[in-house]
Amino acid sequence: MPMHSGIKKVLVLGSGPIIIGQAAEFDYAGTQACRALKEEGLKVVLVNSNPATIMTDKDIADHVYIEPLNVASVTQIIEKERPDSILPTLGGQTGLNLAMALHEDGTLAKYGVRLLGTSPESIRKAEDRQGFKDCMESIDQPCVTSDVVESVADAVAFAGSIGYPVIVRPAYTLGGTGGGIAYDEASLREIADRGINLSRVGQVLIERCISGWKEIEFEVMRDSVGNVITICSMENVDPVGVHTGDSIVVAPTQTLANKEFQMLRSAALEIISALEIEGGCNVQFALNPASYEYAVIEVNPRVSRSSALASKATGYPIARVAAKVALGYTLDEIPNAITGKTMACFEPTIDYCVLKLPRLPFDKFTTASRTLGTQMKATGEVMAIGNSFESALLKAIRSLELPVKSLKMDGLDELYTEEIEDRMKNVDDQRLFVVAEALRRGFSPERINAITKYDVWFLDRLLQIVKMEGKLEKGVPNADVLRQAKDMGFSDQWIAQLSGSTAGDIRALREAHGIRPVFKKVDTCAGEFDADTPYYYSTYDEENEADDSTESSADQGGYHLPPVPKRKVLVLGSGPIRIGQGIEFDYCSVHSVWALKKLGCETIIINNNPETVSTDFDVADKLYFEPLTAEDVAAVVEQEKPWGAVVQFGGQTAIKLAQALTDMGVFILGTSADGVDAAEDRERFDEILNDCRIPRAKGSTVFTTEEALNAAHEIGYPVLVRPSYVLGGQGMEIAYSDRNIVEFMKVINQTVQEHPILVDKYLMGREVEVDGIFDGEDILIPGIMEHVERAGIHSGDSISVYPPLHIEEKHRQTILQYTRDLSKALGVIGLVNIQFIIYNDGVYVIEVNPRSSRTIPYISKVTGVPVIDLATRVMLGEKLKDLGYGTGLYQESKYFAVKMPVFSFEKLTDVDTGLGPEMKSTGEVLGLAEDFPHAMRKAFKGAGLKAPKEGGRAIITVKDEDKAEIVDIARGFAQMGVELYATAGTCQVLVDAGIDCKPVARVSEAHPNISDMIASGTVDLIINTPTNGRRHESDGFKIRRMAVEHSVACVTAIDTARAMLTVRAQSRSAELRPIDITEI
Amino acid sequence: MKATLILENGMVFRGESIGATVDKVCEMVFNTSMAGYQELLTDPSYAGQGVVMSYPLIGNYGVNSEDNESRQPWVEALVVRHLSPRGSNFRCEGTLNDFLKEHNIPGIEGVDTRALTKILRNQGSMNGMLTCAEHFNISEVLEKLRSYRVTKTVERVTRQASETFEAIGTQRFHVAVMDYGVTQHVIDCLRRRGCKVTALPASTPAQEVLSGGYDGVMLSNGPGDPAENTVAIEEVRKLYDSDLPIFGLCLGHQLLALATGAKTGKLPYGHRGGNLPVRDLEKGRVFITSQNHGYAVLTDTVDPAIAEISHVNVNDGSCEGLIYKRTKCFSTQFHPEANAGPKDTEYLFDRFIEFMGGEQ
Repeated sequence: MPMHSGIKKVLVLGSGPIIIGQAAEFDYAGTQACRALKEEGLKVVLVNSNPATIMTDKDIADHVYIEPLNVASVTQIIEKERPDSILPTLGGQTGLNLAMALHEDGTLAKYGVRLLGTSPESIRKAEDRQGFKDCMESIDQPCVTSDVVESVADAVAFAGSIGYPVIVRPAYTLGGTGGGIAYDEASLREIADRGINLSRVGQVLIERCISGWKEIEFEVMRDSVGNVITICSMENVDPVGVHTGDSIVVAPTQTLANKEFQMLRSAALEIISALEIEGGCNVQFALNPASYEYAVIEVNPRVSRSSALASKATGYPIARVAAKVALGYTLDEIPNAITGKTMACFEPTIDYCVLKLPRLPFDKFTTASRTLGTQMKATGEVMAIGNSFESALLKAIRSLELPVKSLKMDGLDELYTEEIEDRMKNVDDQRLFVVAEALRRGFSPERINAITKYDVWFLDRLLQIVKMEGKLEKGVPNADVLRQAKDMGFSDQWIAQLSGSTAGDIRALREAHGIRPVFKKVDTCAGEFDADTPYYYSTYDEENEADDSTESSADQGGYHLPPVPKRKVLVLGSGPIRIGQGIEFDYCSVHSVWALKKLGCETIIINNNPETVSTDFDVADKLYFEPLTAEDVAAVVEQEKPWGAVVQFGGQTAIKLAQALTDMGVFILGTSADGVDAAEDRERFDEILNDCRIPRAKGSTVFTTEEALNAAHEIGYPVLVRPSYVLGGQGMEIAYSDRNIVEFMKVINQTVQEHPILVDKYLMGREVEVDGIFDGEDILIPGIMEHVERAGIHSGDSISVYPPLHIEEKHRQTILQYTRDLSKALGVIGLVNIQFIIYNDGVYVIEVNPRSSRTIPYISKVTGVPVIDLATRVMLGEKLKDLGYGTGLYQESKYFAVKMPVFSFEKLTDVDTGLGPEMKSTGEVLGLAEDFPHAMRKAFKGAGLKAPKEGGRAIITVKDEDKAEIVDIARGFAQMGVELYATAGTCQVLVDAGIDCKPVARVSEAHPNISDMIASGTVDLIINTPTNGRRHESDGFKIRRMAVEHSVACVTAIDTARAMLTVRAQSRSAELRPIDITEI
Repeated sequence: MKATLILENGMVFRGESIGATVDKVCEMVFNTSMAGYQELLTDPSYAGQGVVMSYPLIGNYGVNSEDNESRQPWVEALVVRHLSPRGSNFRCEGTLNDFLKEHNIPGIEGVDTRALTKILRNQGSMNGMLTCAEHFNISEVLEKLRSYRVTKTVERVTRQASETFEAIGTQRFHVAVMDYGVTQHVIDCLRRRGCKVTALPASTPAQEVLSGGYDGVMLSNGPGDPAENTVAIEEVRKLYDSDLPIFGLCLGHQLLALATGAKTGKLPYGHRGGNLPVRDLEKGRVFITSQNHGYAVLTDTVDPAIAEISHVNVNDGSCEGLIYKRTKCFSTQFHPEANAGPKDTEYLFDRFIEFMGGEQ
């Protein structure tokens, strides 16, 4: 069937800011879908509040709105653009919910907008708990015994009838927000209460707990005539009970015989047929490991995180095909882009093992509860491909970029065996490593299975690895053992560590025996058809499929460019999404690839993140799906022999490999490894600052607590303490006293530090940030960004405003000059990101990063300067003055852009929401308007942060240092008719200032106190500034956590509160207008 | 112990021996299914063939006594990337390695199965020899390989005596199954639909079938070159000339075509896997099917006055099913019973039931 008639202009909804449960996968899906639509000659209107995405690029859609994803804002866009259709299933749960809301309130009907793909009735059937249950019953598909309830009392009554433990799942939330397993009535009351609050429709599902069953997923597709296919099956190593987003997942299923496999496959197809899905769909099953008994857990009637994984695992472009199906095409009409010979109506079959590991944020949130359950906690994930489970697992572990690089986690070998047995019962991010340690201690797979419910097959695989460790511990291996270890995925480094050798020696030994990796293709069909896809993974096998197309362009380092068709450039990706290194870096990598391709270079990308656009097989000329470690990258380098490599765009992941690449003889395009080092090495950097006569806060480098204390005394409190060579301010704290120093140093030194720790004077001034492009002579700064929050809050967590509001012309010129001088002194070629502080009428440098930053996508979009494209050209030797955007400070846009951080605190228990020098946000939104207050209002709306209205209620409780400043803010809110409450100290200050404010008792005081008030649901805003320190028993911590758990807006910096007041006082929602950024 | 696989084209693959340590010469084919190795090993259609599994992890769930598709395994040799030393599954009764040993089937582990698959794809199915011998004379081996032909396999795999299986539930029909190498699952698909099934040796004369009081006849799947079965083809013609409902499956489909004047030919590397898309021209839909055949009915040799193409392979356009002008007679190249494989086309068994006079 051809495309539906009458489709000319399609509205595509994105998924908004990156939060836990909704990450880069929707940028990948949305981008692929937009390209599929444009291919059909359709006009695409795109709405997404997330400026860091590739989908919000002018190249991807015809009209791009970086606007809040809410009904009011999208209605305005529909009114303006008059699309004839809307594609709702590619923007995650956010996009789907929004499309449903627009349908339900009649907006779509009013403007004659057709919902493409799955019908609203079908979506409701799949999404509504009871509707879904009824549908499953009608086709005899078993669900878990469950009931939908709307009150805690009903939850308790139902749980009593089916018996504990029970699982609580709120309806219409993503990543299972607010769900959990209740083991008794008390815990049920707590979880059900939270779940009902968080659900859009006030419903939760209470179900029989089937923890321990196998969790199996199918990605399926269906078209309008009823063709149905399965794309991929997946098996979770972690049994039911751990959210699939936090589980170790393998594809295809490994422990199912054909009989069970076909039973579940048929069930998945029956379900998608009964729901009449038109597009992609994810079906999750629980399978009793001891019988054929199974239950349908969940269906996602849209493209999801799992479908991104399935796409990358098989090579089948699910989002692209789903978009075509939504337009009316049938699966047998859509060509398979990989083989070019077969049609999309087939089932991929693979000849390798794929493994996904979640990237959990506990390295950042060291105090967070590490327990994994039905609430997803991972910020991102990595995928690895191998020809065995063992090799895929070990590659995936290396890809995580955590301190643990193998199956052996430091410290576990020091535990008593009883402790190991105990720890295996903890379902957390370290369980895999604890299990491996148990195997080392001689626990049998059967015994571990009884505790963990990991299938014995998986445990047998881990045992193989452990046995190999044992062989290697006997000493440097012979050729046979070495080959087996490499085949199993062991890194040279780990082999060296176990056998008491060095990675270099192991490598030499490998070479002596001719043990080298080869590369195999991902082709959707297990070699049954010839495929030209340049999508590779490494194995230790015989035939090398990358050889066919490899032609070297090496041996021509420096800026002596080889002839254009010969320039082969390696672009390193940024690995898993984590706090501090998000989707922005994928944006940069992908744009760099596109720029290089335009310049005639052959591009090669290495990355391991299945959620991203960069790992789509048609972005670069060649994709290597590999860990980003020196050894794994070296194998690709040896294969491809690239002329140069780009490390500036892949965040810290790529930058860290600059030296290794240089050592391999690969020319680093742009700033050299030495330049990177000069910016990171404290002493070298200080020298450069001196030479350039640029002031910076006094500071020194230390290794020990004692040295830190001495430094602090010399500089004077407050001081900033942080490890060098990190991204996202990891481990950074402001110390006000010796006690703080001792505490922080202990935390920092929990992981071994290769590099010194920095202790700097803390200057409390206005923070300013620039991204610049330097070509060796000239600098171009697209724009200066000013932070709303004063120094002391990580730049990634600050609200950032462009163009700056408060920076005097002389300071702008100073910033320009410093940026140019520093770039020159550091030998920057390409991008540089510098953070300044304006303090006492002086400009100080805080830090310099000779690489791309998280502000690049947004500054590119609001200024119209194609930053990555220019930087890439400059890295290839072009000069800014020839590129058409001038030099110096670029002209200011007539629009104000406010970048606002978004957090995922509701998913992470025990994390302090108070902002500080360490980054905590997972994503960001942009507000764009002709004046600052309206831009800020949009940003608040996009972030879902609501200021109290007249008649609303706010609680204020601030630390002593902030009490003077809070008065005006409080007065402003009071004048707008907001009812104010404050704890004793703050209240006194406000009352003394003549502000109407009522006292509220502290958490630790008698009831009714502040906690009761928050729990009552009558509070709209809490302004609480944290006292320093990491004490979880503090009142402030408890207040902030309660705010999160009750979905009450909580502002933890005085400047944020002031911004909120500005918005309330100086802007009106009715005056917001959508802005098409393609017209900027 | 080391093992070696030598191909007819002179290529040599070395790996570890699995299963029995006997030498074996056979035709090498590849299969892309990711599960279902036990069903595959015991499918008579593989008689005379050695199978390369393109999926690298084999033996994960062991073997059991329920999943055999016939009285014994027929695959001559098994080539895998990794063999699981033991299986994990609630039905697991033993390891695949022991199963191979017990049935005297040699195998090899640790070879680059993807490379091997691509060779068989590009150069076509070819003969191969599996040996554990350290030393061998390559030219002698190659000579042996070049002269090897898979012949008379139907005779080998068919039953020697007829065997009757009662219907599951109420019996509505009695079906004769011509056993050219039938899998148990074909019989069970009929039994589940109320058919009492009598499986007859391949050499059973048509007259015996026609006078046996059957409501319909199923021409089963089976191994080898269809054109080789000249006697069976003649008997099928006699069945065709009667008015007994006929359902031909795989080899049965080819024999029926040959009996009615069409021709068959060898595919370059066959269709073997559980993911092959087939368009049902009548329904206008594509179904995912399980297949295992090296020969196909040549589309342009089908006389439109005798039969129409009902199913087409979406990938290569080859003939996947025929519906005959003579009433109540149809056939498919793929396996609607699909074991191992997807069950999306089991509806064809319902059509057969309908032809015999039952409701859909």
